[in-house]
Amino acid sequence: MFLPLLVTRNAFRHKLRTTLTVIGIVVAITAFGLLRTIVEAWYAGANASSSARLVTRSSISLVFSLPLTYAEKIRQVDGVQSVSWANWFGGVYISERNFFPQFAVDAPSYLEMYPEFILSSEERKAFLTDRKGAIVGRKLALQYGWRVGDQIPLRGTIYSGTWTFNLRGIYDGADKGTDQSTMYFHWALLNETIKKTYPRRGDQTGVFVVRLRDPAQAAEVSAAIDAMFRNSLAETLSETEKAFQLSFVAMTEAILLAIQAVSFVVIVIIMAVMANTMAMTARERGAEYATLKVLGFSSGFVAMLIFAESIGIALLGGLVAIVFTVPLANAFAEQMGTLFPIFYVSESTVLMQAGAAVLVGIIAAVLPAWRTARIRIVDGLRAVG
Amino acid sequence: MTIPFSYILRNVAARRLTTALTAGGMALVVYVFATVLMLAEGLEQTLVATGQADNVVVIRRAAQTEVQSGVDRTQAGIVETLSDIAVGGNGQKLISKEPVVLINLPKRNSNKPSNVVIRGVTPSGLVLRPQVKLVEGRMFQPGTSEIIAGRSIANGFQGAGVGETLRFASRDWTVVGVFDAGRTGFDSEIWGDAEQMLQAFRRFGFSALIFKLADSERFDAVKREIESDPRLTLEAKRETQFYADQSEMLSKFISYLGTTISVIFSIGAIIGAMITMYASVASRTSEIGTLRALGFPRKAILVAFLVEALMLGLIGGVIGLVAASFMQALSISTMNFQTFAELAFTFRLTPGIVAASLGFALAMGFVGGFLPAARAARLKIVDALRAA
Repeated sequence: MFLPLLVTRNAFRHKLRTTLTVIGIVVAITAFGLLRTIVEAWYAGANASSSARLVTRSSISLVFSLPLTYAEKIRQVDGVQSVSWANWFGGVYISERNFFPQFAVDAPSYLEMYPEFILSSEERKAFLTDRKGAIVGRKLALQYGWRVGDQIPLRGTIYSGTWTFNLRGIYDGADKGTDQSTMYFHWALLNETIKKTYPRRGDQTGVFVVRLRDPAQAAEVSAAIDAMFRNSLAETLSETEKAFQLSFVAMTEAILLAIQAVSFVVIVIIMAVMANTMAMTARERGAEYATLKVLGFSSGFVAMLIFAESIGIALLGGLVAIVFTVPLANAFAEQMGTLFPIFYVSESTVLMQAGAAVLVGIIAAVLPAWRTARIRIVDGLRAVG
Repeated sequence: MTIPFSYILRNVAARRLTTALTAGGMALVVYVFATVLMLAEGLEQTLVATGQADNVVVIRRAAQTEVQSGVDRTQAGIVETLSDIAVGGNGQKLISKEPVVLINLPKRNSNKPSNVVIRGVTPSGLVLRPQVKLVEGRMFQPGTSEIIAGRSIANGFQGAGVGETLRFASRDWTVVGVFDAGRTGFDSEIWGDAEQMLQAFRRFGFSALIFKLADSERFDAVKREIESDPRLTLEAKRETQFYADQSEMLSKFISYLGTTISVIFSIGAIIGAMITMYASVASRTSEIGTLRALGFPRKAILVAFLVEALMLGLIGGVIGLVAASFMQALSISTMNFQTFAELAFTFRLTPGIVAASLGFALAMGFVGGFLPAARAARLKIVDALRAA
């Protein structure tokens, strides 16, 4: 009983200094958690992808579309279970500020391929039977206050004109990592309209999504698909869904690296502040620690006292920070709108925050503890705070 | 009666380690703050400088970017007949009808693919962009599979240097020249012959029309003429505005994130300053008592400690700014969310950023120093003298 009490009393002897230090740690660990969450949000699309799915796109770049006839050819490749396709729509809802992704998909095969989008059977049926129907993620529906039955007008940037969709369903994600900020509607509708206005652009799609029978065959199947269309007018590039998503992450890598670097800088800053606090504390109490040694406590015990105090203060700050991180992350996500479709504080972030707090506590105590343990009792007793 | 400035200076210098640690923390914060502002500024300047004020970009209505836009030959012909288009030296109208597409190229150092803008240009297209200068090799021959690459692309992407070849759209393209566009968005593009590009990419129409106004003041009239013509589904923007709009989202993201980070970091630095200044007050209690006994009023003590804290902030601010100014030598290349294309830009330090950063540093010093200074000023002479 004596030991924890002594450490706690020591920690709060200089109430102001300890409070300031704790606030500093709270701020730093919160910032650290927020930055890690941003980095994770960047990778969220890649993490949520399934290894059993391939994405086939034009080898030139995503801007170029592929003929729909490829679907049947891809289906015949060994190891392919099913094929679906999707086309980026790029519509604007009211103003450019309200960005969210929209895809024209072959709904029956697409919904089957993505079981992580959970839709009630009535909504699913209503969507499949309405030519102008659309479904959106729960997060997106909440953001704009949409209800099933609403009409959603989009101004096309790639396919001109105003497109109005009937909202037929709101899907939930199977877990927190599922993208719930996307809108899906029928590719057939898009195709019909394109055929009327630009006949040459009809029967095309942006990407094919391929489900594999066995995820282990991803490399062979994608090579087989690409070989089939080599030297054609529309050569393809197939890769796993994860690689496809990661290629987007790689394009913004410079920003990502900067954020990661900054997230560690803040920990270094707080380490300095905490080390300063512990050094002051240990210096002031030189005489007390010497007294403890006179009474027969070992140097290791005294060092342990300092470590316990430092880690205790750091952990206290870390815990408060972990509590603060979630509301702060939510506020930030709200500011950024749908730029980050998946934004939540993950368990690993929380663990890293706790780890960082303990690390700050340990490193801050190393030098003062080492000094105090080594100092001769006589010198310690003589020292004046 | 005020406390001499030299006394304050000596105090700052006396505890070198503590001063260095505290100012160092502030310097880091100011460095992050200034760097972020410089990045957002550099991005905006790059895209604003890309456009010429008297050039007009015409794209399909609501298309936002050239890559998403499409202008067929009939519409292009109608725009070409506008009377407000300037005429070049050879009697040709200064209008360039350009196909613009994205292709996926691997980067030189990481082998990771990124999207690069390929633009088909015409001879008048080169006249419209006087800032573009060849720095290596020669211009492409019209009618051949030759291309020239912007400086950032030639340095950053595999196969984009002079003499190398790139394969896209079922053809091998030889890079015959590298151009410098004066740190504008064009540095991140590859240019080739417009008609060759149309054939290779099997495009039937152009992506955008760019023309020069004979009289810059006539922009509004030209815009109205284009946008009210029922045969055209196009919109016209000044080139400067067109490129400025494309930087909006990314620069907003950078400055939002940067400001959030700076504000959070500054709390850490302020606390660091507070701890230091409180310790400084505590260790000098008897000194303060002596000063008061000598007749210095409370206000003088308050000001002395505040100035000391401000000095800490100033030192940190200057160190942070000096470190940040070195960042101007660096260039960042990343994808612009709005165009999905690679864009290289640099850090730009402006007088406004210098002022903002120093102001930020002084504010941190002031906030951190105010409470300790107030405590020092409130000390009773007798207690303070006895504290020793």
